[in-house]
Amino acid sequence: MTTPTTVSRRAFIRVSALAGGGLLLAAYTDLAEGAAALLDSAADFAPNAFVKISSEGVITIMAKNPEVGQGIKTMLPMLIAEELDVDWAQVSVEQTMADQQRYGSQVAGGSSATPSNWEPMRRAGAVARAMLVAAAAETWKVPTSECRTASGVVTHTPTGRTATYASLAATAATLTPPDPASVALKDRSAYRIIGKRTSQVDNPAIVTGKPLFGIDVSLPGMRYATFVKCPVFAGKVATANVEDLQRLPGITKAFIVRGGTQLTGLLDGVAIVGETWWATQVARRRLRVTWDEGATAEQSSEGFARQAATLGAQAPEQTLRSDGDATAALAAAAKVVEAAYEYPFLSHATLEPQGATAHFHDGIMELWTTSQTPQGARQLVASTLGLDAASIQMHMVRGGGGFGRRLTNDPVVEAAAIAKELAGTPVKLLWSREDDMTHDFYRPAGWHFLKAGLDARGALVAWQNHFVSFGSGGRFASSAGLGANEFPARFVPNYSVGASLIPFGIPTGALRAPTSNAIAFVFQSFLDELAEAAGADPIQFRLDLLSSPPVGVAQGTMDAGRMRGVLEKVREVSGWARRAALPKGTGMGVGFHFSHRGYFAEVVQATVTPRGVLTVDKVWVAGDVGHTIINPSGAEQQVEGSVLDGISEALAQAITISGGAVEQDNFDMFPLLSMRQAPPVETHWVLSDNPPTGIGEPALPPVVPALTNAIRAATGKRIRALPLSKADLSWS
Amino acid sequence: MPVTFSVNGSTRTVDVPPETPLLWVLRDVLDLKGTKYGCGAAQCGACTVHLRGVPTRSCVLPVSRVAGQEVRTIEGLSPDGSHPLQRAWVELDVPQCGYCQAGQLMAAAALLAAKPTPTDADIDEALDGNLCRCATYLRIRQAVHHAASLAATDAAGTGARRRGED
Repeated sequence: MTTPTTVSRRAFIRVSALAGGGLLLAAYTDLAEGAAALLDSAADFAPNAFVKISSEGVITIMAKNPEVGQGIKTMLPMLIAEELDVDWAQVSVEQTMADQQRYGSQVAGGSSATPSNWEPMRRAGAVARAMLVAAAAETWKVPTSECRTASGVVTHTPTGRTATYASLAATAATLTPPDPASVALKDRSAYRIIGKRTSQVDNPAIVTGKPLFGIDVSLPGMRYATFVKCPVFAGKVATANVEDLQRLPGITKAFIVRGGTQLTGLLDGVAIVGETWWATQVARRRLRVTWDEGATAEQSSEGFARQAATLGAQAPEQTLRSDGDATAALAAAAKVVEAAYEYPFLSHATLEPQGATAHFHDGIMELWTTSQTPQGARQLVASTLGLDAASIQMHMVRGGGGFGRRLTNDPVVEAAAIAKELAGTPVKLLWSREDDMTHDFYRPAGWHFLKAGLDARGALVAWQNHFVSFGSGGRFASSAGLGANEFPARFVPNYSVGASLIPFGIPTGALRAPTSNAIAFVFQSFLDELAEAAGADPIQFRLDLLSSPPVGVAQGTMDAGRMRGVLEKVREVSGWARRAALPKGTGMGVGFHFSHRGYFAEVVQATVTPRGVLTVDKVWVAGDVGHTIINPSGAEQQVEGSVLDGISEALAQAITISGGAVEQDNFDMFPLLSMRQAPPVETHWVLSDNPPTGIGEPALPPVVPALTNAIRAATGKRIRALPLSKADLSWS
Repeated sequence: MPVTFSVNGSTRTVDVPPETPLLWVLRDVLDLKGTKYGCGAAQCGACTVHLRGVPTRSCVLPVSRVAGQEVRTIEGLSPDGSHPLQRAWVELDVPQCGYCQAGQLMAAAALLAAKPTPTDADIDEALDGNLCRCATYLRIRQAVHHAASLAATDAAGTGARRRGED
């Protein structure tokens, strides 16, 4: 219960700032500090940094996270609106600036926004509601317990008196916010916004072509920039004819930017700034640059494959996990299966190429970015350019796809470095498609040398894996690792996994469902081989494995019961039992994977013609991401997008390295799935009694092995290397 | 050399190098940011506009080639976002990141103009060259069908009003 206290705004802020206690509350005292900035007039009510109700009746909810197509700009405000108890139609949503102190964590990564915001965002709404109720109760001199709310109106139940939130805003603004941990939250059965299909708030702007994306930023007097880096990663500029370029029509300035050696930071390049972006692209054709390519020029995909084969034949350099005695168990096994798997580098290929806009003025570096980690961008720009982090203002602009590419802030620091050179002039940097594809942070390639043993009853008793990946000094490169608890770890009594690393100079990073997007293909395919060797049904074999008592206790790892739940569900909805009746050339395959706290099992039906032409007929998905699907429309979108993304990767995508540079530079060489190739995707939720978790990634990994296992069922061909475009799928 | 052409019904004259792709004239000279750059090589369809009603890749089309012709962009698809496709796109929540959708909508609009009730195969054929990195294809297909039915309802309503019915 809140005791209404009349205080000045200054005191209001001070009082709430002093009300600190636990972690959650501490976060909210920061938020209360930020609230003042939102107030346009004394009559407005801004109980925290996320809600603002004007006396004119405008209800604004702030969206704090980067939006790159995952739907968070809609989803987080839905949580607030639910507990604020307004109608969704009454709400207008605004994107915040990047300001971690005011808004808390602002990251688009790891499918983390749902679990980390599920409670705090609802509490932000509930605090505001409690204050509006208190304001009404104070006005009417009645107990708050006699008041109820709905659709932005407080009603005094015994008398039927009503007051709109707008009419209460001025009074509510004088009250002390209650401790967020103390406010009551709705029972799930009372939800009116959460759980309802909700169209993205930016959709009207998207379908009418309003300027919305990073590439659309436009400022008075703005210039456009192209930044040309060495095709070989981290190569240095030796010479460049920048004076010649500067004389070309429409070119404002051309200059060499000196960078460092850190692949995630500012690298050497030639900046070409002009009156239009096209002018900079035309000038680029006249660029004569010599590069000091460095040692990475010796590296190639072929070389990596040779090194992997050599390393794979030796003992692993390091042990990642060891349970029981895999060597002895393999020697004693009734059946031993051995296989080597590999997968290629992949590019993110966001449809909006990388870029950023920067304006260095009045001692401030003002940035407009599509970064998935704006706080990281701020730190990178500050440390690289020697600026005070507090002097960097960051606008968060919608990104045309992220998939992990915008976790890395190289385009932001490039734009800032160029703008610093042109102090006073806003500069929009845009990478060409070719720049984007050849200067990515790639999903690392990898090789797995596997051996497993079955006992006489067909149970999996031993698993040995030598993972050859990238890194140096015993440390995996970014997104090139393998977790010690990764399934089937803990479910096989004799388990031994080791790794050897190839040092390299190729930038790698997180691509949607990092590590999982590769590991699921390998492990779920190999499990299929084992099920086949055991003469078992592929789903039953997996269910049995998930039912075996786990070795040891590991916090935060997969809950076998939840995984069995989605496997059983997908078996039922896909009509798995009918697969025996499918004609030759058509097959069904299954895969499951736990990642980002989400449980997904998927079945693919695929048809392959005798000449080897593959059609993915249909995908069935069963997912468990907790008890509530916050925005079913958005969640289904993410599942469909993830599934089709995985199919796109598996069909024909591969980045290859030659002479230290990427060989593919546009969609003709790195094809994206097209509409004709997109199969129907049927999504089913298993609503378990767990708090909701994220959905941007975990539906991707299982589809890849489900597809390759379906190809095996259809053709008898086992796929152990991706992409499928390199495989001969013909059969007779 | 100045080039004059019609954009969304207005006559515009631009003074740019004649080989400048229409895309960059639209975006950076005429400030019509709805048409998007994806590949610069007519491979993705993000830059699709209508040239005399025909879906055209503006990223490889020199502006000199549109002199005296009629160009329509996403901003001119309807005055107020009420084209059946735009309504269907919002209603069915088609976009994910949204970056390709202007191109998808322009390709779909040309399809509906030619075939008011397209089949799945018609849609696949008309839109296969418009890549969506988020893979919103399933919703796009649904929404084109939905737009076709919205358009039919609109037409029936208009017809009814014209006949003096309610």
